[in-house]
Amino acid sequence: MSDTVGFTSQDSATRISMGNAITAEELASREDRASEEVARYALILGDDSLMLAQRLGHWISRAPELEEDVALANIALDLLGHARFLLTYAGSAWDKTEDDLAYFRDEEEFRSARLVEHENGDFGQTIARQLIFSFYAYALYSRLLASTDETLSAIADKALKEVDYHRDHAAQWLMRLGGGTEESHRRMQTGLDTVWTYIEELFIDVEPTTQLAEAGVAVLPSALRDEVLTQLSTIIEEAGLRVPQAKGAFGADRSGRYSEHRGFILAEMQVLAREHPGATW
Amino acid sequence: MTQNDTTTESEQVPAGGVIATDPATESIWPLWEIFVRSSRGLSHVHAGSLHAPDGTMALRNARDLYTRRNEGTSIWVVPSEGITASDPDSKGGFFESAQGKNYRHATYYTQSEGVKHL
Repeated sequence: MSDTVGFTSQDSATRISMGNAITAEELASREDRASEEVARYALILGDDSLMLAQRLGHWISRAPELEEDVALANIALDLLGHARFLLTYAGSAWDKTEDDLAYFRDEEEFRSARLVEHENGDFGQTIARQLIFSFYAYALYSRLLASTDETLSAIADKALKEVDYHRDHAAQWLMRLGGGTEESHRRMQTGLDTVWTYIEELFIDVEPTTQLAEAGVAVLPSALRDEVLTQLSTIIEEAGLRVPQAKGAFGADRSGRYSEHRGFILAEMQVLAREHPGATW
Repeated sequence: MTQNDTTTESEQVPAGGVIATDPATESIWPLWEIFVRSSRGLSHVHAGSLHAPDGTMALRNARDLYTRRNEGTSIWVVPSEGITASDPDSKGGFFESAQGKNYRHATYYTQSEGVKHL
């Protein structure tokens, strides 16, 4: 990129640069448009990232230590980046921007799973949610790399490296909380037990994913289930914790009909954009 | 503490809902010094310090704090207590005695006649 040179500083101990990965702006300026089906699929993926980013953002200034505050914020920003790519691409089907889709859709129009909408709880519960989602996302993006849709493949390539780190972050904390004190172990187990009820929704095959998967565009969620659950079980047992045997929560269909939290998340996320439409800062 | 913490901590929350924490006795994570190497061939340079429960997490925290803008290709973390530093108050005896000793520099010496290839 041409502006990389001007952005680089040579005199500091640590040189900085922009790097050269794709950006949401670049994606928005592309000619290729998503079809209606691909757009609806991109929304499913994008809404998961957006909701989780919003939830994690709530930890900023509230994490147990300043360093962890930054780590969670970093992960939230990575996820927000994925949401920007996916919502931008989805919007190309309907002449909408990422902001139109993030700020001006109503509750029932979102397609996020309840796992990512679930409240943060304590740090253990947040790590439990991170663990499940990051292992799911890694399995998803590593397959989406082979998508016949070039844009989805490029987004997966960018996201994969980031969710790989999210996996590591969650796994490191799982080990430490699981094998830490009696209290940290108890909280980590409680966190896992709480969010585990929402895991199955991630692996539900909803339209239009099924038909897109047949065409090699999308990744069939049910195809990820065994791999992700096996990986999670292994690491949870390695941390000295118990794999929850919870019954799945009722109404796992990504429609949002059964989500008790989505409206509250959106109220906070959308209020500024809706009170001042078109505002920039 | 987040407001959500109360759901899992209810049995520990005393009347009034305030959990007493004494900063003096609350254990904090040890301090680590962070060294970042910006590219191959250069040396690791001290970038700053941070708190972490252990070296593995210190590396991760360092990645988040000091390499967010493509600054690094390698990170070292060192426990701060593992570093023995010179005393800033004794810099006279430590460093200033080198001043005025120009003969320690090559430029002090003049080139002798007839010596080639210098």
